[in-house]
Amino acid sequence: MKTPKAFFATLAGIILVGLVIGALAATLQKQGNPANMGICVACFTRDIAGALGLHRAAVVQYLRPEIPAFCLGAFVAALAFREFRPRTGSAPIVRFVLGMFAMIGALVFLGCPWRAMLRLAGGDWNAILGLVGLIVGIAVGVQFLKMGFSLGRSHPTRTVAGLAMPFVMLALLLLAIFYPHFGENAALFRSEKGPGAAAAPGLVSTIVALVIGFLAQRTRFCTVGGLRDVILMRDFHLLSGVIAFLVAAFVMNWLVYGQFKPGFTLGTGPDGKPLMQPAAHTVHWLNLLGMVLAGLSFTLAGGCPGRQVFLSGEGDGDAAIFVLGMLTGAAVSHNFLMVGNGPFAPHIVIIGLVVVILIGILGREKLAPAR
Amino acid sequence: MAANVDARGLSCPQPVILTRQALQQAGGGQVVVLVDTMTQVYNCSRAAEKLGWQAAYEEKEGIFELTLRK
Repeated sequence: MKTPKAFFATLAGIILVGLVIGALAATLQKQGNPANMGICVACFTRDIAGALGLHRAAVVQYLRPEIPAFCLGAFVAALAFREFRPRTGSAPIVRFVLGMFAMIGALVFLGCPWRAMLRLAGGDWNAILGLVGLIVGIAVGVQFLKMGFSLGRSHPTRTVAGLAMPFVMLALLLLAIFYPHFGENAALFRSEKGPGAAAAPGLVSTIVALVIGFLAQRTRFCTVGGLRDVILMRDFHLLSGVIAFLVAAFVMNWLVYGQFKPGFTLGTGPDGKPLMQPAAHTVHWLNLLGMVLAGLSFTLAGGCPGRQVFLSGEGDGDAAIFVLGMLTGAAVSHNFLMVGNGPFAPHIVIIGLVVVILIGILGREKLAPAR
Repeated sequence: MAANVDARGLSCPQPVILTRQALQQAGGGQVVVLVDTMTQVYNCSRAAEKLGWQAAYEEKEGIFELTLRK
């Protein structure tokens, strides 16, 4: 018999890792990544969808090395600590749909839970609406969990199934490094202007993201889990890491890099129109409801987008399907003009909420009793 | 030993919810929880320790048997 003890499982461990991730996120922005975006899992997955040609929004196409490196960092950590466990079979298609709607909701707000923190840390007050929406979405998800919501058990599977996602991510990382262009109007696409054209040096991004993936796998860092555990059982362990992440990003932005620019907008431009915060809009109800949809979807799937990527690195095939759902959701969002305050954003947020609430209601099944 | 909670293969936070329910129902004594990742070993142990229980585990063929005592 062993007692469960490890530094990274302690409060000090999660706070330290939260501080490191927050500081690194702000640093990547200083190094060239888009402002208040740093390491946004939703935005960067969307940029990858663009680079692959899955959507045609020319300003957000870049094969970001951060996402594959997150997965591979977690993969290495899982192998090193004997936690690589191939498993799958917990309603994969439902997870795919949840991944899609989580991404669609996040892109209406223009950011995942990580970016909500990074936007707040950069002074973008629109993030407050997003965070309130996120908390509401998670609280609704917790109610479903309390009523017995479950996507069912996963089961151990073949090693090859657990290796699939790390190998897909390795292929993406190699493509990101060599960035081949296959011809006119063919992948890989790469933005010449807009957020997709803003990027830290590839090597810096890759190393930073590998480190984050490694540390996050060890500590189980999860933004949605942090808020969920507080609502569910007043447990502040994971949230401590999230707050550390926010504080570190804020301090670095404000005191070190001069990246803190507070306001709902950045004043008025020469044409008399308000200047928006970076990759943001000021339609408050859409910011709020977009994140309600995202928060609920992430909660029903068991974790935030970063966590899903890290889990896919430790052999969780269901999390891998969720990530592929996010990739698809990003493409659909842009192709159907549902991003930000786009013309069809209100429609899809309402449709998404109906679908995900139905999943919550229909997923309340009794588990088989303990053997 | 018969398990009180079989949380193998369940996503966060279901193993913790089931463990807490079992502990609150038992009130004291010994409760055994089966999980299949170290993540859930830590999560369920932390929840149990907050309720005043002591946690220990052992791994048998890829399954973690978590024994909680109070």
